Amino acid sequence: MATVTYDKATRIYPGQDAPAVDNLDLTVEDGEFLVLVGPSGCGKSTSLRMLAGLEEVDTGAIRIGDRDVTHIPPKDRDIAMVFQNYALYPHMTVAANMGFALKIAGTPKAEIQRRVMEAAKLLDLVEYLDRKPKALSGGQRQRVAMGRAIVREPQVFLMDEPLSNLDAKLRVSTRTQIASLQRRLGITTVYVTHDQIEAMTMGDRVCVLKDGVLQQVNTPLALYDKPANVFVAGFIGSPAMNIATFDIVDGKAQLGEASVPVPTSVLSAVSAEDSSTLTIGFRPESLVPASSDNGGGGIPVTVDLVEELGADAYVYGHPTGPAAAEQVERMRSEAVIARVEPRMAPNKGDKVVFAVREGESHFFSAKTGERIEP
Amino acid sequence: MDTAEKLIQMVLAIALFAGAMGLILMLVGRVRRRADIVQAFAFIVPAILLLAIGLIYPALRTAYQSFFDRTTEAFVGLANYQAMFERDDLLIVLRNTLFWVLVAPVTATVIGLIYAVLVDRTRFEAFAKALIFMPMAISLVGASVIWKFVYAHRPDQQGIEQIGVLNQILVWLGFEPQQFMLNAPLNTFLLIAILIWVQAGFAMTVLSAAIKAIPQDIVEAGRLDGLYGVKMFRYVTVPSIRPALIVVLTTISIATLKVFDIVRTMTGGQFETSIVANEFYTQSLVRGNYGLGAALAMVLFVMVIPIVIYNVRQMRKADIR
Repeated sequence: MATVTYDKATRIYPGQDAPAVDNLDLTVEDGEFLVLVGPSGCGKSTSLRMLAGLEEVDTGAIRIGDRDVTHIPPKDRDIAMVFQNYALYPHMTVAANMGFALKIAGTPKAEIQRRVMEAAKLLDLVEYLDRKPKALSGGQRQRVAMGRAIVREPQVFLMDEPLSNLDAKLRVSTRTQIASLQRRLGITTVYVTHDQIEAMTMGDRVCVLKDGVLQQVNTPLALYDKPANVFVAGFIGSPAMNIATFDIVDGKAQLGEASVPVPTSVLSAVSAEDSSTLTIGFRPESLVPASSDNGGGGIPVTVDLVEELGADAYVYGHPTGPAAAEQVERMRSEAVIARVEPRMAPNKGDKVVFAVREGESHFFSAKTGERIEP
Repeated sequence: MDTAEKLIQMVLAIALFAGAMGLILMLVGRVRRRADIVQAFAFIVPAILLLAIGLIYPALRTAYQSFFDRTTEAFVGLANYQAMFERDDLLIVLRNTLFWVLVAPVTATVIGLIYAVLVDRTRFEAFAKALIFMPMAISLVGASVIWKFVYAHRPDQQGIEQIGVLNQILVWLGFEPQQFMLNAPLNTFLLIAILIWVQAGFAMTVLSAAIKAIPQDIVEAGRLDGLYGVKMFRYVTVPSIRPALIVVLTTISIATLKVFDIVRTMTGGQFETSIVANEFYTQSLVRGNYGLGAALAMVLFVMVIPIVIYNVRQMRKADIR
């Protein structure tokens, strides 16, 4: 068991100016399941590979427990990795694949056999031990890759998008299996994914990266409730948060006909940074239909599409009114999305005025994108 | 040819034709519609005809001739085959062929493999590969002419300079120049070296492509499992390119069995260097012993078949995968 510490770790690929991972400071607690998430090219895989020893660390250091592993070869780091394409040795049986690292390390045969059998039982692979990987289904291969990692009994598990090659249904069930397995084994795990639902459902904590820079680390719910900046706000949550830049007029946020109340503490923060605009975000479930003529309050929207999910219905619309074009331009999201009661959903083409539930708006500086706490 | 023989030939030709027709009809039997039958015929008949004329008939005729004497007039049974295993000069031919098949394919493949691994992902890879692949572009006769100079010998007398590289090196080192092409059985191995020189480039090219096709993540998984250098080569590289290794080995084996140009150009099969393909030429076209020549050709044919079958099987396995 061990903690993992990135200490200002930086990776710059040869021939490139911008670092792939930029001064990453991050501590993973003992036994924690930490998910690295972000859009493609954000440096999440590179961060993981730096920890694995497959990628050099240009500046800074990486520690596992108290041990500085920055320049130690992969095999001596006491880690095990699950690859996106599983990377099973095609010429070896399942059992040989799982026990291979132990064999190379010179572990006695009986001990290897015992540990492979143990892992196989845990993963429901006993009847496949003599097969070659090509005779297995995708889900089984995935489990063998997991087994190969478990057999090593490492201090840290590294997983690089291990579910991305499974079909949607299997992905959901394997997701819970991996999470519960990790909790049972209690081994520190760093898990990379681009899928924010995976991140939210599996991680004890989630670390959001963008362009090689750490954006925010916190529990899934904290990320959802208090995103640290506009990027995290837009990235976490499905459907995505509605985000737009509003003008401050008479103590209210105004954008065309849309208007949102702003607390005074936020207003003073905006004037303190000498700005007259404010980025506001609100989640689909924070929008409620308001009476259509309430004297300029709320956000008038024309409905483009209604997504009926049974328990919920989501309205996808675009702003209406004389200033619609400007409103669309200032929006970060493609549409205004609102969750509504499925039995009372509006029809396509209807005009609806939405109001933001009190206290559920997220405010961000229009200049820096950082969160302004009301 | 007497009448009996002509008759036999006629029967043979008819049998051949009947066999081909039977094959066609059997294939056609699976096809129901009339238009399909016509179409099937149109596609199959030219190929069958060409194969029959160019391959099947000559093969059968050679087999037939191998049971006859030097002028293919008198039937001698298995005498030609018997001679091959009794006459000293022909036993040497078989022994030499064995040397060739045992040494050339394995050595060329091993050299090609080591070379491919060593130059893989180095800065001068393209240049290094071109260097070893170049001999492939030279005909075996051309290659032999080049190596004739390497092995060339001038008598060790005052005022006479060696023109062969190998002998000059010997002289520099203080040894006497050797008549390399006259010393059996060393001369056979020196000839084998020429084929290795040519085929190593082929092995290197195919194996290098196979090495590059190994998925990067498997190599990385190997590194996490503790594989470096020789261990990586043994546990990941070689097993991953096994199919390519087999193709290279069998292809070079077939080329080795059929090799003729090198021996013909270098020694003409003298000084105990002859091999089956060369001896077959010598017996048939120089000595005029058609029966023995045909028997040698048959032996060559029989030796190649198992390798071809193995190769085809492996390829089919690879296809299924």
